[in-house]
Amino acid sequence: MDRPHSGPAGPAPTRGATVTAHLPGPADPAAAERTTANIVEARDLVLSFGSTPALCGASLAVRRGEIVAVMGPSGSGKSTLLHCLAGILVPDEGEVWYGGQRLGGLSDDSRSALRRDQFGFVFQSGQLVPELAAEENVALPLLLSGIRRRPAMEAARKWFATLGLDGLERRRSGELSGGQAQRVALARGLVAGPQVLFADEPTGALDSVSGELVMDLLTAAAREHGTTVILVTHDARVAAYADREVVVRDGKVGTLNGSRP
Amino acid sequence: MSVPLTLLGLLERGPSHGYDLKRDYDAYFGRGRQLRYSQVYATLSRLARDGKAIAGPVEQGAGPERRRYVITDEGVADVQRWLAEPAPPEPDLQSELFAKVVLALMLGRPAGGFLDAQRAAHLQRMRELTALKQGGEPLDVLLADLTIYRLEADLRWIDHTAARLDLLQRAVQR
Repeated sequence: MDRPHSGPAGPAPTRGATVTAHLPGPADPAAAERTTANIVEARDLVLSFGSTPALCGASLAVRRGEIVAVMGPSGSGKSTLLHCLAGILVPDEGEVWYGGQRLGGLSDDSRSALRRDQFGFVFQSGQLVPELAAEENVALPLLLSGIRRRPAMEAARKWFATLGLDGLERRRSGELSGGQAQRVALARGLVAGPQVLFADEPTGALDSVSGELVMDLLTAAAREHGTTVILVTHDARVAAYADREVVVRDGKVGTLNGSRP
Repeated sequence: MSVPLTLLGLLERGPSHGYDLKRDYDAYFGRGRQLRYSQVYATLSRLARDGKAIAGPVEQGAGPERRRYVITDEGVADVQRWLAEPAPPEPDLQSELFAKVVLALMLGRPAGGFLDAQRAAHLQRMRELTALKQGGEPLDVLLADLTIYRLEADLRWIDHTAARLDLLQRAVQR
């Protein structure tokens, strides 16, 4: 079986320094101090879709460099929680903090910039852009950040060897197997050197061998680069790659051993 | 699975004769492997000797001599401790997991809490095995996978059971 290689050497072309500069300072210094060790923190999130409650007071603190699995039954709110943590959804009540900054205090543009420059995403089905070659898909976050094409493509290509995708750079998504496409999506999620990688059922559409390879690569790359990973999964074998797991039930976050989520 | 603790758990429901305990044990937990009467009475004698149960006086009747057994506080504490502790997460735990869930439901104990504790123990073991696989020799990986998949089967059963506790509670009520 293939094993994860070490990730590409050197930092990504940018790490979103300009975005951090746009973030407003914390109104409560004590709160900022509390969140220093926690790169992402959700406090008492409440969110409903119409009359259907999805989150009912969900709280979660994730330490820098930690890999956390978010588990729970279907419809429990775990993906909704992930989307709130990533600033994709805005909760009706409660707060999400990132690196000591409150996401609710950011403009839409700043939140978008944060997602683009600080966060990476991997979803169940890779959601590659079918018109683009694999290497262009990987380079996309860099190109959208304003990196010029040549360095963006060079940075993207480095990930192909790392993820065992040599020779597939020019293929389009329709010419890739499910496992290959998901590894391309993983490269896209990591190429910009995100502080946090959000992964929603990243192996959900894969067979067990392909899924294991993706998880081997994902966790090896994350640990090498110190990337925090928040991983939604219903699969215990996937959760076993994480440092710890939390469980979402009825819109609230709990742990299996009674510790603080 | 611990036969003495399972019998003790059944006894916690109320004073019982050995015959009744054997009948309920066989019905709920025997699954084709019934207890022998001699095993039941020997176990009850040991539980009485160890202070976990009290043997009542011999009751004279038309049939064989019978004693009624009552669980002691120490016995209740043993059952509580056993139910609260997750089993070591190794394969072939089915009978013990099953017995603990059924007894917890019978006794009105928090079966969901037991399932959570067991789930945490299983996941911790799976995490250890997954870490062992990183860079492991192929045969070690193969062996780790064998255990991981069996633990995963337990976990799926745990999740499924946790979602049906209300229904199961009604099924085991006396």
